[in-house]
Amino acid sequence: MPLWLLIIGLGLATFLTRLSFIWLFQHWQPPEWLKRSLRFVPVTVLTAIAIPELLLPGGNWMVPFANPRLIAGVVAILVAWRSRSMLLTILAGMAALLAASALLP
Amino acid sequence: MGELKSASSSSSEFWLGVRDELPLLLGVAPFGMIYGVLAMAASLPLGISQAMSSIVFAGSAQFITVQLLGSGVPLLIIFLTGVVVNLRHALYSASVAPYLQHLSPAWRAGLAYLLTDEAYAVAINHYSDETRPGKHKHWYFLGAGITLWTCWQLSSALGIFVGQVVPADLPLEFTLPLIFIALVVPNLRDRAAAAAAIVAGLVSVLAFGLPYKLGLLLAAAVGMGVGLWLEKK
Repeated sequence: MPLWLLIIGLGLATFLTRLSFIWLFQHWQPPEWLKRSLRFVPVTVLTAIAIPELLLPGGNWMVPFANPRLIAGVVAILVAWRSRSMLLTILAGMAALLAASALLP
Repeated sequence: MGELKSASSSSSEFWLGVRDELPLLLGVAPFGMIYGVLAMAASLPLGISQAMSSIVFAGSAQFITVQLLGSGVPLLIIFLTGVVVNLRHALYSASVAPYLQHLSPAWRAGLAYLLTDEAYAVAINHYSDETRPGKHKHWYFLGAGITLWTCWQLSSALGIFVGQVVPADLPLEFTLPLIFIALVVPNLRDRAAAAAAIVAGLVSVLAFGLPYKLGLLLAAAVGMGVGLWLEKK
């Protein structure tokens, strides 16, 4: 299999995966439980992407109190909860990351 | 008059999507550049490396493909690995599908092509915001998607052709998890959603060792199950 075929095949497969339910829902009524569970897709998937970035930097476990990313993440969660502002959350999280990296041994 | 009004609101939705996607570029651009540098390090041809960014257009799958190509893994195995890594996009597809049913096939295909993690995160937040009703939210999705697409093409080109990552003292990639936090936390309004997110976060860490990002799928599935179960009670 030549390289360009891999790229085209992978591109097609990715596109069809992304199209799958967008296309399917036109032709098939999903059951009620499935429709109701879709509300939880963003909060579960985005959390499952973000949390390992905080707890397992580079894929490795770090002691929580010595982990600047975890400290920054906790600060960001608190700021996001109180302010609901994306800009403030990014600024507070990055500031906490820099401060914790500088202060922690 | 009606025509004019709807035209102006589709363009304002488009530009709102562009604007809301901008902060995510801070985190995405470094990844695009790193991809380009890694593709060169694996001695992939220039054209193929750039074509992968526009044809495959999926960061994690591209990283893994380049990594496996560099270590001489058979192409069929690389293909299957990429397919499994991208399975999470089927969840995004199901999640946005109810909002896209009124659109033409061309629109649906175009938005499916643009359905990356970062475009999805912003678009679904806009779709589920009931304080902003509107029939033109697909324009917002389009604006966010095109913005991310452009950034991905340019940043991978920079990595490929300039051959180095612009040095940054700030770990800018870290803005992505921060943005996901900013998008998720305000949406944890009820017990079911909060529990779903907490369980998904827990499972994502416990199952992190699973290959092909399957831990992510497992975390989403368990979290969604818990949310559904609590909602019923």
